[in-house]
Amino acid sequence: MSLQKGTKTIFLTLPLLVLSLIFPAVQSAHAAEVNIYSARQEHLIKPLLDEFSAQTGITTNLLTGEGPALLERLRSEGRNSPADVLITVDVGNLVAAKQAGVLQATRSAVLEENIPAQYRDDEGHWYGLSSRARIIYYDPERIDSTKITTYEALADPALGKVICVRSSSNIYNQSLVASMIAHHGVEQTEAWVRGFVNNFARRPQDNDTAQIRSVASGECAVGIANSYYFGRLLASEDPADQDVTAKVSVMWPNQDDRGAHMNLSGGGVTQSARNIDEAVKLLEFLSSQQAQDIYARDNNEYPVNPQVRPSGPVVRMGEFKADDLNLSLIEKFNAEAVRVMDRAGWR
Amino acid sequence: MRIWMFMVLGLAALVAAPILVIMAHLFVPSLEVWQHLATTVLPRYVGNSLGLMLGVGAGTLVLGVSTAWLVSMTSFPWRRFFEWSLIIPLAIPAYVIAFTYTGLLEYGGPVQTLLRETFGWRSAADYWFPQIRSLPGAIVMMTLVFYPYVYMLSRAAFLEQSVCVLDASRTLGRGAWSTFFGVALPLARPAVAGGLALALMETLNDFGTVDFFAVDTFVTGIYRTWLGLGQPAIAAQLGAVLMFFILGLILLERWSRRGRVSHTTGYYRQLPRFQLSGISAGLAFTVCFLPVFFGFILPVGAMVIWTWQTWNFVDPRYLRMAGTSLSLAGISAVAAVGAAVLLAYGRRLVPGKVTGIAVQTASLGYAIPGAVIALGIMIPFAFLDNTVDNLARTLFGYSTGLLLTGTWTALIFAYVVRFLAVSTNTVEASLQKVTPNMDGAARTLGLSAGQTLRRVHGPIMRASLLTAGVLVFVDVMKELPATLMMRPFGLNTLAIRSYELASDGLLKESSSSSLAIVLAGIIPVILASLMIARSRPGQT
Repeated sequence: MSLQKGTKTIFLTLPLLVLSLIFPAVQSAHAAEVNIYSARQEHLIKPLLDEFSAQTGITTNLLTGEGPALLERLRSEGRNSPADVLITVDVGNLVAAKQAGVLQATRSAVLEENIPAQYRDDEGHWYGLSSRARIIYYDPERIDSTKITTYEALADPALGKVICVRSSSNIYNQSLVASMIAHHGVEQTEAWVRGFVNNFARRPQDNDTAQIRSVASGECAVGIANSYYFGRLLASEDPADQDVTAKVSVMWPNQDDRGAHMNLSGGGVTQSARNIDEAVKLLEFLSSQQAQDIYARDNNEYPVNPQVRPSGPVVRMGEFKADDLNLSLIEKFNAEAVRVMDRAGWR
Repeated sequence: MRIWMFMVLGLAALVAAPILVIMAHLFVPSLEVWQHLATTVLPRYVGNSLGLMLGVGAGTLVLGVSTAWLVSMTSFPWRRFFEWSLIIPLAIPAYVIAFTYTGLLEYGGPVQTLLRETFGWRSAADYWFPQIRSLPGAIVMMTLVFYPYVYMLSRAAFLEQSVCVLDASRTLGRGAWSTFFGVALPLARPAVAGGLALALMETLNDFGTVDFFAVDTFVTGIYRTWLGLGQPAIAAQLGAVLMFFILGLILLERWSRRGRVSHTTGYYRQLPRFQLSGISAGLAFTVCFLPVFFGFILPVGAMVIWTWQTWNFVDPRYLRMAGTSLSLAGISAVAAVGAAVLLAYGRRLVPGKVTGIAVQTASLGYAIPGAVIALGIMIPFAFLDNTVDNLARTLFGYSTGLLLTGTWTALIFAYVVRFLAVSTNTVEASLQKVTPNMDGAARTLGLSAGQTLRRVHGPIMRASLLTAGVLVFVDVMKELPATLMMRPFGLNTLAIRSYELASDGLLKESSSSSLAIVLAGIIPVILASLMIARSRPGQT
């Protein structure tokens, strides 16, 4: 009887085994390689990965996608997921990934030395790799800079309908509002969002670069965007971009109190990882001086490694004080932030 | 007959599986979130979605039917050029045309800059200019690239219809206009309605354009509820509501057709084209030229210039990405048309409620946003993969890995689920024009059902099958969300490259891959268009 059952199972499984030999998904475990799920877009992360491969001989395989969608995919693939490393652009996604149980704790002396404690998970599930500030841009000819020194001030009715910002579906805006909730509570934040929305010059649309350009073109007098977009414009040799940076000034918000809201990109080793050593090596490389320098110089981000000084065009944007809010709060309040923005009519 | 029934039901069940997974989410309790949505954003989603449908529906009907009639039934300068070129805007993804027109018409774009320089205006307050990023803007963009659905299907219908009825109408004293509205249009109605349904479903399902234009619709709401509020179950519920809405549309369309005679005699001869001249010829030329100019020549021209300006962004990997895009689209097109023929034919052979419902369910995928389908496929497929893997591990100590979700299989399956309606609609509309008498004759003469399909229906339906294949092909080339979520490692398509660059604000830089999508899509579109023109039954 058991023989019969066994035969049946073999007949059922054999075709699948043959299939598995044909399809490339089943990779040999011997080649030194690391598989990366990345919410960072290919053109931003690929130069770093190429450098990593050149130095270590480890092949990198990259799959890009939206953070929450990648998380969903990791979850459904379970232990068979080919991913060894998850890289995301927002700390909220990293915290969510830890909570979903798709990341594993890794310990590495190198990582702990390179990355300060506030930029990594206590248990080693994720490590921050670069940071950027969400800051205010303004037209100095139209706006008195003393009127916009804090995020809170942007809700002042006296400011007028001058603000350009992208939609509330954008994770950076959600994180900003989540940080406001963490600092001020839901009620006060909702009142702030209402005032803020009331000062919009136009319906929220487009990406961060467009908000900065709109300030330069005169469509708005105040814009909100991440710091590296301005850095990219500063680095550009296109005369149109140089014209933008000449017309627009940078305001580091809340310098007298908590500091500018920061956004962290980072990564962690997945629960399903088969190439754990290579995965850790990759994270170590990304936190190394050399990679952090590339982050800063080519992507105009701020290094998390304290050994590395910011370089490239962002240096021209000046020194600033950063909000050192506990990053897990951002994830905690994300959904609440979306609801607040819905209620206040921030499309 | 039994075997056809089983095949139809089996196929329908397979395709419906992800849809049912989504529907199962309807039972997740969610009153509190729904209340939040209903009091804040839902009215806007519904209003914008309806506005879009009305606008795009009217626009594609007028453009599609008028141009199809003009090139099929009249003769005017450049008619042969328009015959195929009217289809080509279809090769441009709606989001790409939206990027392009925004680049041209926004405040900092060349048009407004030129206006400001010419008239000395200093800021946006000095003059009025229509806002391209708006509901009307989205309607215009989508009309420009979706009207070919109506055009293609109407044209196929006009070509396949017998001239006898038109002659009879003219002989009996009706004029050209009256014949068009009273005879030709009602006869072409299943096809026109099929094309309109496709255009409307594309409209309801579009994410890229409405997101870029800041027009909140049902679909943006689904994404936002899922990714922003972190409520995949509620997102799936919204998806299910959208599906019921589409189902309602389909049923309404079927109901409006009941009792109509939708086939004519099988007698064909050369189409007699009305010779237009003078003003009417000029008018016909203009009517056909405008959609081609604004839907293709102008935006592609801009893309060419931008590609040239950002040449350093073009790299050799484009060739491989183009190859991947083309293979995925080709395989999916063949699979979707094959499945559609099976479904449509099975339904014809075994009429009745059961097959009807099965076919209808299988076509619902088109109503679901790509990301929701991906979700619906990922859950059962990953479960299956993991089950097989666990079995193999326990029995043989060998891991099979992810057989479905880790390979092209799941991705192509997603495309077929998503675009089966495209091919089914086209094939069904065409099959309705094959009179049951022909089946009867073929069967009496000793052909089996399968042989009848191959030797009688096949040749008659060739134009429609090609149309169906091309529609699916182009749709897959343009598809974004499902590809983003389900592609296996190392797979990259042109659509993904274009989208990533554009969404990062590198609009000009994205135009090279957008252009490649358009070029890769355009060749099969033109080829098929030429074949359709030559495929009129009875024509040599």
